[in-house]
Amino acid sequence: MRVDVRKTYKLFIGGQFPRSESGRSYELLDAKGNFLANPALASRKDLRDAVVAARAASEKWASASAFNRSQILYRVAEVMEGRREQFVSEVMAQEGVTKAQAIKQVDAAIDLWVWYAGWCDKIPTIFGSTNPVSGSFYNFTTPEPVGVVAAFIDGNSSLIDIVHGIAPILAGGNVVIAIANEEYPLCAITLSEVIATSDVPGGVVNVLTGRTEELAPWVASHMDIDGVDGSGVEPAAYEAVKRDGADNLKRIYRFKAEGSPQRIISFMENKTVWHPIGI
Amino acid sequence: MKFEYAPAPESTAIVDIQSEYNLFIDGKFVPSKGGKRFETINPSNEKVLSRVTQATSADVDKAVKAATEAYRKTWSKLTGTQRGKYLFRIARILQERAREFAVLESMDNGKPIRETRDTDIPLAAAHFFYHAGWADKLDYAGLGKNPKPHGVVGQIIPWNFPMLMLAWKVAPALATGNTVVLKPAETTPLTALLFAEVCQQADLPKGVVNILTGDGSTGAAIVNHPGINKIAFTGSTEVGKIIAKSVASSKKALTLELGGKGANIIFEDAPIDETVEGIISGIFFNQGHVCCAGSRLLVQENIKDELLEKLKRRMSLIRVGDPLDKNTDLGAINSQAQLMKIRELAESGDAEGAQRWSPQCQLPEKGFWFPPTFFTGVSQAHRIAREEIFGPVLSVITFRTPSEAIEKANNTPYGLSAGIWTDKGSRILWSAQQLKAGVIWANTFNKFDPASPFGGYKESGWGREGGLHGLSAYLKGDFS
Amino acid sequence: MLLTDSSESSIKSFLKNLSPVDQVGADARAAMLGTRSIKTSSKLWAIDTAISMIDLTTLEGADTPGKVAALCTKAVRPDPSDSSVPHVGAVCVYNDMVKIAREHLDNNGGKEIPVAAVSTAFPSGRASLDVKKRDTEDAIASGATEIDMVIDRGAFLSGNLEKVFTEIVCIKDICGERAHLKVILETGELVTYDNVRKASFLAMAAGADFIKTSTGKVSPAATAPVVLVMLEAVRDYFAMTGKRIGVKPAGGIRTTKDAIKQLVLVNETAGPDWLDPKLFRIGASALLND
Repeated sequence: MRVDVRKTYKLFIGGQFPRSESGRSYELLDAKGNFLANPALASRKDLRDAVVAARAASEKWASASAFNRSQILYRVAEVMEGRREQFVSEVMAQEGVTKAQAIKQVDAAIDLWVWYAGWCDKIPTIFGSTNPVSGSFYNFTTPEPVGVVAAFIDGNSSLIDIVHGIAPILAGGNVVIAIANEEYPLCAITLSEVIATSDVPGGVVNVLTGRTEELAPWVASHMDIDGVDGSGVEPAAYEAVKRDGADNLKRIYRFKAEGSPQRIISFMENKTVWHPIGI
Repeated sequence: MKFEYAPAPESTAIVDIQSEYNLFIDGKFVPSKGGKRFETINPSNEKVLSRVTQATSADVDKAVKAATEAYRKTWSKLTGTQRGKYLFRIARILQERAREFAVLESMDNGKPIRETRDTDIPLAAAHFFYHAGWADKLDYAGLGKNPKPHGVVGQIIPWNFPMLMLAWKVAPALATGNTVVLKPAETTPLTALLFAEVCQQADLPKGVVNILTGDGSTGAAIVNHPGINKIAFTGSTEVGKIIAKSVASSKKALTLELGGKGANIIFEDAPIDETVEGIISGIFFNQGHVCCAGSRLLVQENIKDELLEKLKRRMSLIRVGDPLDKNTDLGAINSQAQLMKIRELAESGDAEGAQRWSPQCQLPEKGFWFPPTFFTGVSQAHRIAREEIFGPVLSVITFRTPSEAIEKANNTPYGLSAGIWTDKGSRILWSAQQLKAGVIWANTFNKFDPASPFGGYKESGWGREGGLHGLSAYLKGDFS
Repeated sequence: MLLTDSSESSIKSFLKNLSPVDQVGADARAAMLGTRSIKTSSKLWAIDTAISMIDLTTLEGADTPGKVAALCTKAVRPDPSDSSVPHVGAVCVYNDMVKIAREHLDNNGGKEIPVAAVSTAFPSGRASLDVKKRDTEDAIASGATEIDMVIDRGAFLSGNLEKVFTEIVCIKDICGERAHLKVILETGELVTYDNVRKASFLAMAAGADFIKTSTGKVSPAATAPVVLVMLEAVRDYFAMTGKRIGVKPAGGIRTTKDAIKQLVLVNETAGPDWLDPKLFRIGASALLND
């Protein structure tokens, strides 16, 4: 009888996999109530470290060409496809669904990631404009990434919500600190492993596992976070996030679990430029 | 010569050219019924590369049937996401086989390996990548909800950028849900045939892409076939007009990318060294076989002498020779026929009184070659100022004021491209506003991107390729 | 004479009339020249030529007579096992090492190799003119026949062009016939290509024999587009005045490939006349090892 080598689930910060600096973890049970794993329990310091790593990576990611970003995101999908089995077993274990159902979700998740990847080089075309102003001026509006976005992953599913939480933020040229759903953290770390081996520069994606209600106030009050996807935060706590987040006017939104370019452009700023037209 | 660059040939070992090729119909290479074969040669040394098939009307019919069947039974039943994934596969395979395509293109077309390697092939892959992402986002393209494809599209492409033109045609067609019957130019069929292999490697459903080699008669058969719902043509204005007439009485949709006589306008405050590079790129890139070439140099009179001195000096650095040498800048003219056309027009320049200049060039013995050339003393009435030469020949014209520059630039039935060189932003925008051209480059030239719509005004054709605007050509609108 | 006089307004209007440089276009031209494939016989020629153009340099606070001596030995015989390899173009050291370098070269078969000294409060250039003059005098007195001076970048960027100009004229005056003058622009601090072009012309009009990219203490240093712009400047200056000024990239040229790329830039910009240690030098230390 072979004793299998079980996986340890650590955090993903700056392209590396550190444990929580607090040394804490929490017990994750599978759908049947059996022990599944001890994912790290991220601390406030872990969050701060993640923000530092994200900020350091943000300029380069934002100034990469849209084509380059789409290539990298598509590569993530290729590597995800190669890791199907691991995702399927993690979905099954966490959600208690059948293999067939898990496969369906993994298929949909990869296709959804590909869908978001294809958005990178379409955004300014669809959401930018040239504006017919009065006077001899050329006037255009172009969307630009806001910077560092924290995303609380929703808990409708153990994988698709993670794709919704991370891919659109990256497609818009932003960097992300994803806070995995407390009940469904495993695929987020496995996806981090995929990301770490897919040409994504370190710091562009950071993943923290832990208690949402602990992390939410720290995220809301962190002054170097530019935007928050609060889809995975309880309604009451979400209001608190909006209040605290107002201190540096974070762009804060919640989204339905559906593929939409709104998830991309909500974290973008529109810049309008004027230039005279004349000899 | 102090610093001689030793020969740096790219190896041809990577390509495996068959001695003969059949037609690619319904997912397989099949012979033609009664169709003859014709040779394709390497224009840099006139060696025969292969014999390809001349597709007959019966072959065209077979291909259209396969494309129609594929559209009805398979391709139209897939979601956009699934279509997109096929295109992603194709893009990836093009990247994997990039060197092979680059070498083959250089051999069949005569253009330098540096250009196929650094420009043609990467752009072709990028076009597939870009359009893969559109396949499942057509609702956002501003064409209404759930826009519909035409069905079967017939595509006829030219010999100047064979693989890139194929990508410009096939990628948006497939992304929007159409199936394709494509005819590459008769002098450059090989990369299209290699592309058929890529379709097989990508497991593209059979009949979605069909490749028929042949000459103008094959093209006419495609244009006139009743089973074709839309035609996309890139080639000469002359043939474009014939096609427009042919489809006038049908319901076929039509887009045309035709010829040009682009004006490259140089104002006195232009950044001079980069401007010279832009002029060189404008007319000598791809041996001048470029519809959007900057073939008319419109230079502000007060800097003409200085500019021409620098241009001459820079032209003397152009390395003409073996296209497979990595240091070659200017390759072979694509065919004997094209070489004759270029010579004839250049001679008209001499006859009409313009002054010709070329640097000293060691041209190879075999193959089709023309040195980089410019003419001064050119008037608007000269043939070399009005007719598209499609070769490395630049006509130099002067102007004194911005309005005069615009007037001269617009004085042509063509309207594909224009260049503006100046340090002043407002003048760039003003000139761009005044110029009747579909693509305007300011302080740069010959820049292409899948996200950037390309196409002409007036007799340079209609319709755009690339970007959001290029998609609409492949989707049915509410008008005809 | 391009300038009517060395007044602030004359210098300003002279520089203002220079053609602007498009950054994207210059980058593209430099990148294209970087794709030249130099193989076999041309590669061997290029390597030997590059070696003969190296200003073999050590400019560390921790330099000792021993280190300088070792450098000089290397300068004379870059490859101890192969005497066909040419000697370098010059040895470049700090002022107080000049004497040691000169002696060591003379005693080890390196009589034709000049010693270049960095001067004028290298690398920052932040000192009084008197100190800079004295710095130069000392170096020449110790045996330096080449002076690498720095321009006052602060003055340049704040528009005090007359100061920059006059300082160069002064140092050139001291050099006289005894030493050739390289003027370091410190292109990394000038940032824009327009500034590089202007500073190049300013230096040449003031009497520079060579214009040099960098001190090697600031990054970026000798990037391909910057060297391209400087080569265009010397080419244009020659067309205007009939005078050939040399170019020296320094800093960041570490591999054989880098060096060959520099030679291609020279060949296709200023032209083959500049493929000579009298008109092109490469400031480097580790390069020779590669």
